[in-house]
Amino acid sequence: MTPTIVLPLMVGGLYAAGVYLLLDRSLTRVLLGFVLLGNATNLLVLSSGGPAGLAPILGYSDPEQINDPLPQALILTAIVITFGVSAFLLAIIHRSWRLVREEVVGTDEEDRRVAARRTLDADELDPDELAPDDRIAGHADSLAGDAEELADDVDLPAGSGRR
Amino acid sequence: MTEVLAPLPVLIPLLGAAGALLVSGHPVFQRALSVAVLTAVLGVSVALLFVADAESASSVSVGGWPVPLGIVLVVDRLSALMLVVASTVALGVLVFAVGQGAADGQEETPLSIFHPTFLVLVAGVSNAFLAGDLFNLYVGFEILLMASYVLLTLGGTAARIRGGITYIIVSLTSSLVFLAAIGLVYAATGTVNMAQLAVRLGELPEGTQVLLQSMLLIAFGIKAAVFPLSAWLPDSYPTAPAPVTAVFAGLLTKVGVYAIIRTQTLLFPGGALDDLLMWAALATMLIGILGAVAQSDLRRMLSFTLVSHIGYMVFGIALGTAAGLAGAVFYVAHHIAIQTTLFLVAGLVERQGGTTSVDRLGGLARRSPLLAVLFFVPAVNLAGIPPLSGFIGKLGLLQAGVAEGSALAFTLVAGGVVTSLLTLLAVARIWTRAFWRSPSQPPAEESAAAAAADATSRRRPDGVPVEDGAASADGRPRTALQDAWRRHTAVATATEPDVAPAAGAVRALRPLPRTMVGATAGLVALTVSLTGLAGPLYGLADRAAGDLLDRTPYVTSVFGTEEVP
Repeated sequence: MTPTIVLPLMVGGLYAAGVYLLLDRSLTRVLLGFVLLGNATNLLVLSSGGPAGLAPILGYSDPEQINDPLPQALILTAIVITFGVSAFLLAIIHRSWRLVREEVVGTDEEDRRVAARRTLDADELDPDELAPDDRIAGHADSLAGDAEELADDVDLPAGSGRR
Repeated sequence: MTEVLAPLPVLIPLLGAAGALLVSGHPVFQRALSVAVLTAVLGVSVALLFVADAESASSVSVGGWPVPLGIVLVVDRLSALMLVVASTVALGVLVFAVGQGAADGQEETPLSIFHPTFLVLVAGVSNAFLAGDLFNLYVGFEILLMASYVLLTLGGTAARIRGGITYIIVSLTSSLVFLAAIGLVYAATGTVNMAQLAVRLGELPEGTQVLLQSMLLIAFGIKAAVFPLSAWLPDSYPTAPAPVTAVFAGLLTKVGVYAIIRTQTLLFPGGALDDLLMWAALATMLIGILGAVAQSDLRRMLSFTLVSHIGYMVFGIALGTAAGLAGAVFYVAHHIAIQTTLFLVAGLVERQGGTTSVDRLGGLARRSPLLAVLFFVPAVNLAGIPPLSGFIGKLGLLQAGVAEGSALAFTLVAGGVVTSLLTLLAVARIWTRAFWRSPSQPPAEESAAAAAADATSRRRPDGVPVEDGAASADGRPRTALQDAWRRHTAVATATEPDVAPAAGAVRALRPLPRTMVGATAGLVALTVSLTGLAGPLYGLADRAAGDLLDRTPYVTSVFGTEEVP
């Protein structure tokens, strides 16, 4: 029963490659990265069962020499889950490609909008300080000139007549 | 009694999901079946809570395998309480979704998928709450995550796919960290049974313990959206349909919080990383709420408050005292109900006003007083106005912090107060702009930009592939935004955004289906009744916290004796 160095090296290499791919913006690479990470984790769990041994079947091998079956059962479950998630992720990537012709992680437009917003809020502007042309329709000073135009807008929310 | 009841919260929804899938051709029957299933789960959960409260913890070995080998389901006060709250809000959300589906026909969500997936989600949540070993907890997480992936990307519009991909990748990463942690825990102790781990983990060298604990906390911290692992949440939640966002906001993050509670009390009671958790809690509270104040969209604001208030629960857990844990448990129950309700109200607002962007809403209080009341009551409850349950939960946590007495605890108490005030500011901003303001004056600058964003996001979901490839997907919205921007940054006055005329206006109100209003009103009543029930509930939380710190009831219930093999 000698400890093996192959498994830890494999696990480390797969983790490194998986994380590298996962950090990419392209979704296909992310998927590949996820598959590599999944396999790395499975190997890690496998190696947690201790050194290699005989198949854990009752009557087939001496209980002293058999391998620990529990990690293998755990890995089987994990493999099924990884497989299902990969298939779903692939479907999502396909859908993203069909919709927007790109398979990169999209930006959050609302986020950008909030970030780019001016520090001064529209609510806080005092209409009286603005040039007359820029004042809100319906403001006291602008009413005189635009009375005709505004007449049918008075009760309605702005813009709703144009829809 | 528990032996029969304990597996049911997992089994009934799973079987119900299969049944709902079989009858997917008959929407009426399918809806009735789903509601019946969740009602049954609620009934079983309430029964479990009474049993668990009467005789403390109990456990069931599913499949009859002897204890450390097979799968164990453990019902103690904490898990039973979580089950009851979770199934209550799940039922409320389902009724809301049924109302929405009945009103919409099948135009938006493919209903035949929604109901089975929703039931699978509930099964996963129940399984996570009941799991007595780490791997079963992982399976519970995967069940609920798998269902949540489908629910979040329902309908497959561009916005949902974009938000969904972020969510999926982040959740997958957290699951892999969790699985790796399970592997290492098994390598170190030779078991994944939590009761056995409670004993064996304490015998490990300190460095190994800290490694395992931090891996578990990272995995659960991503799920619970604890800063700095919270950035994914406000990015992905607001895109989903209203009932989906509501149930995610209420339940999924709280499953993470539940797992953190178990990690910190049952598995690693030494409190090695408590200080770190305290800082994380402080950062979660403050950064989350500052994000919420900056938002101008109702749903995004709510997503940020969700992140922020997770900080309160982590604060209670990190204190590690009975008072702190009791406060955290009570706050979890309160927050599940309140956050779900608020997201449902956001769904109603969107339905009635046509948008959740507060810049384009206005005058809702006058035009729809009922909706205003439905928003106002949970909103002030979230901010923690006395005498509502949010105040009681925050008070309990702050008292626990003061009683602990360290400088760090006092810093967090101060942070908690500031967060509470800023929450009030955030909901007050929504209130004044969406509900209180006169409807005829939407400030045009933001509405134009929002209209541009809205127009682009509406162009893509139609399913029409955009012709000129990546350039248009990336370039066009940006130029439209910049145009809108240039036109309106000089002065924020024009009332007629000419980018998309329809979107700049306050839309005509649509009537609200009664079932949706009824479901929301029911949940609002529930959040209010939590105030009246706060005495018994806090007592229960106290006893649950006692159990958690004691640990023997949990271990004894699994092995039958205090002697652990």
